[in-house]
Amino acid sequence: MTSTISPQVRMANDIAVQFRHLPLEEAAKAIANHIRMFWDPRMKSELRRLVEEDPTSFDPVALTAAKQV
Amino acid sequence: MGLLKEHDFGTPAKPGPATVTVEIDGVPVTVPEGTSIMRAAAETGTDIPKLCATDSLEAFGSCRLCLVEIDGKKGTPASCTTPVAEGMKVRTQTPKLEKLRQGVMELYISDHPLDCLTCAANGDCELQDMSGVVGLRQVRYGYEGENHLDAPKDTSNPYFDFDASKCIVCSRCVRACGEVQGTFALTIEGRGFDSKVSPGAAELFMDSECVSCGACVQACPTATLQEKSVVDLGMPTRTVLTTCAYCGVGCSFKAELRGDELVRMVPYKDGGANEGHSCVKGRFAFGYATHPDRKLNPMIREKITDEWREVDWETAISYVAEKFRDIQARHGAGSIGGITSSRCTNEEVYVVQKLVRAAFGNNNVDTCARVCHSPTGYGLKQTFGTSAGTQDFRSVAEADVIMVIGANPTDGHPVFASRMKRRLREGAKLIVVDPRRIDLVRSPYIEAEHHLQLAPGTNVAIANAMAHVVVTEGLVDESFVADRCEEFDEWASFIAREENSPEATESITGVPAEQVRAAARLYATAGNGAIYYGLGVTEHSQGSTMVMGMANLAMATGNIGREGVGVNPLRGQNNVQGSCDMGSFPHELSGYRHVSDDAVREVFEKLWERPIIPEPGLRIPNMFDAAVDGTFLGLFVQGEDIAQSDPNTQHVNAALSAMELVVVQDLFLNETAKFAHVFLPGTSFLEKDGTFTNAERRINRVRPVMAPKTGKDEWRVACEIAQAMGYDMSYEHPREIMAEIAAVTPTFAGVSFEKLDKLGSVQWPCNDAAPEGTPTMHVDSFVRGKGRFVQTPFVATRERSTRKYPLILTTGRILSQYNVGAQTRRTANVAWHPEDVLEIHPHDAEVRGIEDGDEVTLSSRVGTTTLRALIADRMPVGVVYTTFHHPVTGANVVTTENSDWATNCPEYKVTAVQVGLKHAVDRRDTARDEEPALAD
Repeated sequence: MTSTISPQVRMANDIAVQFRHLPLEEAAKAIANHIRMFWDPRMKSELRRLVEEDPTSFDPVALTAAKQV
Repeated sequence: MGLLKEHDFGTPAKPGPATVTVEIDGVPVTVPEGTSIMRAAAETGTDIPKLCATDSLEAFGSCRLCLVEIDGKKGTPASCTTPVAEGMKVRTQTPKLEKLRQGVMELYISDHPLDCLTCAANGDCELQDMSGVVGLRQVRYGYEGENHLDAPKDTSNPYFDFDASKCIVCSRCVRACGEVQGTFALTIEGRGFDSKVSPGAAELFMDSECVSCGACVQACPTATLQEKSVVDLGMPTRTVLTTCAYCGVGCSFKAELRGDELVRMVPYKDGGANEGHSCVKGRFAFGYATHPDRKLNPMIREKITDEWREVDWETAISYVAEKFRDIQARHGAGSIGGITSSRCTNEEVYVVQKLVRAAFGNNNVDTCARVCHSPTGYGLKQTFGTSAGTQDFRSVAEADVIMVIGANPTDGHPVFASRMKRRLREGAKLIVVDPRRIDLVRSPYIEAEHHLQLAPGTNVAIANAMAHVVVTEGLVDESFVADRCEEFDEWASFIAREENSPEATESITGVPAEQVRAAARLYATAGNGAIYYGLGVTEHSQGSTMVMGMANLAMATGNIGREGVGVNPLRGQNNVQGSCDMGSFPHELSGYRHVSDDAVREVFEKLWERPIIPEPGLRIPNMFDAAVDGTFLGLFVQGEDIAQSDPNTQHVNAALSAMELVVVQDLFLNETAKFAHVFLPGTSFLEKDGTFTNAERRINRVRPVMAPKTGKDEWRVACEIAQAMGYDMSYEHPREIMAEIAAVTPTFAGVSFEKLDKLGSVQWPCNDAAPEGTPTMHVDSFVRGKGRFVQTPFVATRERSTRKYPLILTTGRILSQYNVGAQTRRTANVAWHPEDVLEIHPHDAEVRGIEDGDEVTLSSRVGTTTLRALIADRMPVGVVYTTFHHPVTGANVVTTENSDWATNCPEYKVTAVQVGLKHAVDRRDTARDEEPALAD
C-alpha cells in the first residue's frame, strides 16, 4: 500500500512538529534550513508546488517554513 | 612461530609498567608486577611446557607440567600460577623437573588414544608437542588400565565435534566459555577419575546453552574439540589475515587454508577489535561464499518477466552504461542514482559514490545506513561535531556503569558483548533500556540494576526524564559543562520543566518514576558512565532526537572524552561506519562534509575534473517516492537487498517495478534482483582487497583469501561503468583508491595500506595530529569545538495502536542470523533459526487462542504476513517481536512509511499490528467463499 499523503507534506509536517517548542519564526527558520540541507531539488520544487496548491495539508509551522524554502 | 601458529605466552599480559626484574635460566627479564613466571620466561624466549595454560585465560594450575625450581624456595611450584618477585632466580630445565614432567605425561598418555597419525589434530596438538618437549620415551603404566577411550563422541554441533576420548580435562574449554565468552555453558562433571567436560547438565552441545562462539575449540589443546572442516579437509598449511564481514564489531581473523581451500577462520589474538575472540557467524558461517546459489556471471534481461541471459562482462557493462545514459537523455541527469553497501569495502563504496557524483553527474547516492544508523550521523554531528562513536571497544573495561539502550549485544554484537559481560562480572553496574527483556538483563553472574522496560516509541521521554533528574537533583558536572559545552542554560531550563519529569513521563513510557530516578542517579554518580546503543534507538520517528538526548545526558554528567565513558553506536553491518565515512550520503562528501561547502567541493572537483552539484541528492526513501512519481528511473544497487530490508515492501516493490533499469550487484539473486534488469555478480569478503571500518572507527585490512570467483573485482566494475559512460575513472590497485580517500578526507589523511599493514589497524581521525589514530574522541575539546546541548522535546509517533491493530510490533535480530539472512541462511546456522517467529506474550496469545508453534497472521495497515508464534514473556503485554532474516516471512511487508523526522530512517521499531490464528483466518475465508451471493 502506498500512502496517499504526499511524501513532501508528510515529511515537512514531521519535521515541523519537532520544532514546536520554539517560537514560530525561529521554528520556521530551523525547519526551512533543515529542508535546504537535506532535500533534493525536485523535492523542494514539489514542496513549493504543494504550498501553492494545497496549503491546508500542511501543519501551520511547516507551511510557514515551506514558504521560506 | 608464525601467523598459523601464534606464540602462546601461557598467561595473559598484566597491565602497567615493567618494574620487576627476574632471572630465568640465567637470562634477566623485567616485566609488570603480577606477571607469571611462565609469561616472563616466554618473554625471554623460553617456553615452559604446559597443557592447561594459554594466554587467553587466567592461570589455573592443574596440569602440573609447568613446574619450575626457584632458588631459595622449596618445592616445584607451577610457573603459571606463581607471580614473579624482584630478584627471583628461576630454573626451568633441571633433571628433577624433567623427571616430574615425564611422569605427568606418562599418566596423560596412558589414557589417550594413540592414533596420532590419523588424528585430525596431528601437527596441531599440544599433547603431542609436549610429549616431544618433555622427552617422553615410555609409558610404564601400559594402556590396559581403566580409561576413557570408549567415551562417546558428540557430533551434534554442525561446526565442531566433541570427542571425549581425547579429553585431558585441562578445563581450558570450560574456562574459555566462562572467562572469554561469558556464557558458562560448559562444566566439569564428576570427581576424580570420573571428571569430564559436559555441556550443561550432561546434554549434547546442540541441546545446551552453548552459543558456538568457538572459544572452547580455540582453547582445546588436543583434538577433543575440533572443527569438522579440519576433520574433513585436513590441517591448514597457510593463513591470510583479514577482517570478518558480518557485524560492526569487525573482528580480525586468520583465514586458514590448505592449498587454495579455506579450512577454517580463526580469531586473531592481536586483532584490535576482538583480541582473539569470535562468534558463531564469523568463526564458522563462511560457507555461503562458495554456496552453489552464488551467481558468478553477469546476466541481463529486457523486462523483469523475461528469463535471465548470461553475458560477458563487457556486454553487461556496455548495456548498463548505455541504458543509464539513455534514461538521463530522456529524463535528465537526476533520473538515476546508486545505493552503496555496508558489506563492501571502503574502496568499493568510495568508487560507487564517485561513479554517481562524477559519472552520473548528480548526488543521488545513499547507503544502507539510511535504514539503520543515519540518525547517529545526524545526532552526533549536531551535538559533538562528527558522526562516530566516541570510544574504542577496550574502553568498556574502564566503565563503572553501562547503559545499554535499544541494543541486544549478545545477539547483535556478540564479541563486544563478551567484553562487556566481563566488565559486568567484575562489578560494573548495568542499566538496560529496552521494551524486550534481552539476555543481558539476567545472565550468568550478571543482573541489571535497572531494566527500564519502556513502551516502544518512548525513548526520548525516558532520556529526557533521566536528564531531568540529573539537572533538578544537582547531578550536573558543572565544571565539564562550563569548560566544554554551549547552550546548556537553555537546555537545562527546557529539561527541568515538569513535563519532562519521571513522574510526568511515567504514563507515556510505562516505567515507574522511581526506577527512572534511580537509574539516572546511578548513571550520573557511579563513576565512568558509558552508553551503548543500537537500532532500538535510531529506527524511530524520533531516532535523531534520541541520539541527541543521549549526547545531552553524557555531556551533562561529564561522561565524554576519556576511557570508560562515551556515547557509542553498535553498528549493524561490518562497514556501516566506513560506508558513511566514504561520502555515501546524498548531502555529504567523504568525511561528513556538506555538498554545499564550496571549499570542500573544490577539492573533489579539482581531482575529479567534474563539477559537483551543491545541493543534496535523493535519499533511499525519496528515490522510491520519485520512482513512483516517474522522475527516477535507473538505480545501481551495490550489495544490498532493499526489497527485503526496507520498510513497506509493497511501496518498495512498486518503486522498483516502475524503474526502467535496476542493476543489482550481489552474491545471490536476492529479492531485489527479482526487479532487476541487470545482475552483476559480486565478490565475497574472502575475495576482496581493501578495508572495513568498524563501529569504533577502526580501519582494518581486508585481504583476499582467493581470487574473485567472478573474474573481476567489484571496484573495477564501478570504474568500468564510469568509463563506459564517458568518465575516466581507473586505478591499478585498491591501495590507490585509499590514497585518493586520504588525499581528499582530512580524517583519513594519515591512512594508507602500508600503515595498516605495519600497525594492524588505526582508528580515525588518523592524520598529522594523530598519526597512529584516535582511540578516544573529544578528549580535550569536541570536534565542533564546544559540545552543543540540543533541546529534545518528546513527540509521540504517529503510529498508534488502535482497536483494529491493538498490538505494537517491534523487530530485532538473533545471534545466528545476520540482516536479511542472505549469507547465514546459506550456512549451517539455519540449524538454530530455520524461520522467523513471532514472540508474543502469554496473555496476548491466550486471548487470541494462540498456542506455542501455531501459524499466525501478522497484519498492519499496509500488509499481512504469516509466521509461527513463540509464546514468551520477554515482551510486555501488548508488544510483539520478530526478526527479518527470512524472505519467506517478509516482516517488512507490515512495516510502514513512518520515518525519523531528520533522516528518513524507517521506524521499524513501532508498527501497530493485529495477530490472529492463521487457520482461523483460513476458516473465515473458506466460509466467505462458500456463502451464496446475495441478490440485489
